[in-house]
Amino acid sequence: MLNPDSVGRTFEGAELVTVSQSEIDAFCAVLSESNTTVAPPTFSIRITLEQSHQILSNPEIGLDWSRVVHGDQRFQIKRPIIAGDSFKCSSTIESYKVSDGNEFVVVRSDLHSNNQLAVSTWSTLVVRG
Amino acid sequence: MIAVGTTLEEKVFFVDRALLKAYADASGDQNPIHQNEEFALSVGLPNVIAHGMLTMALVGKYVSDWAGGAAAIKEFSARFIKPVIVPANQKVDITVTGKIAQVSGDQITIELSATSAGVTVLAMSEAVVIK
Repeated sequence: MLNPDSVGRTFEGAELVTVSQSEIDAFCAVLSESNTTVAPPTFSIRITLEQSHQILSNPEIGLDWSRVVHGDQRFQIKRPIIAGDSFKCSSTIESYKVSDGNEFVVVRSDLHSNNQLAVSTWSTLVVRG
Repeated sequence: MIAVGTTLEEKVFFVDRALLKAYADASGDQNPIHQNEEFALSVGLPNVIAHGMLTMALVGKYVSDWAGGAAAIKEFSARFIKPVIVPANQKVDITVTGKIAQVSGDQITIELSATSAGVTVLAMSEAVVIK
């Protein structure tokens, strides 16, 4: 079970993640997207999935990643991601509820480049009971 | 002028196991339920399933194509309702539709949905684009 003290807290990632053109190219190739000058709108999941997983794997938080299913996803894109961007990721546990034995955890992850917010993402993680 | 209620042209994408592998590598999501049939069955799934985020990425491509590029998309959301089931050696459809829900200045809100094999897999989906 999630530690209730985690709700509302923001956890900072340690690493700076730099986006390469080849990563954008690979994502575009899956979608048959020929314009690779900017990343597709959901590309930031490549960064936030791994970063939020690392950030929220702290045992004090109590999130059981092995039973997580992705319920929904939202992106707010201040500006598109391009090759060469370097991001710091922070993840906030925005809300938490238990329903029918499943836990519903809303995690917001923010990507900042040079202290400017580029993309915010919200993921509802359903921890199956 | 784009009228509220206008239906956008339907588009069909095709997904197979090779595309799931390519998306796993491109996104970093190597969860075996998207690649390994034995594993998927062992955790109670009917077969290998597509990443929900792959379906969402394809819907994003649909919006990008309509809006004239990915840079036009300011907000994008979706709920994953049912899994997209991807049997071996088959291409399954992801059929995307959209409707103009709101127009406010240069900001347009599109309501989106996706089905696979006739089943709604993605809903409560909206994109806000600048056009």
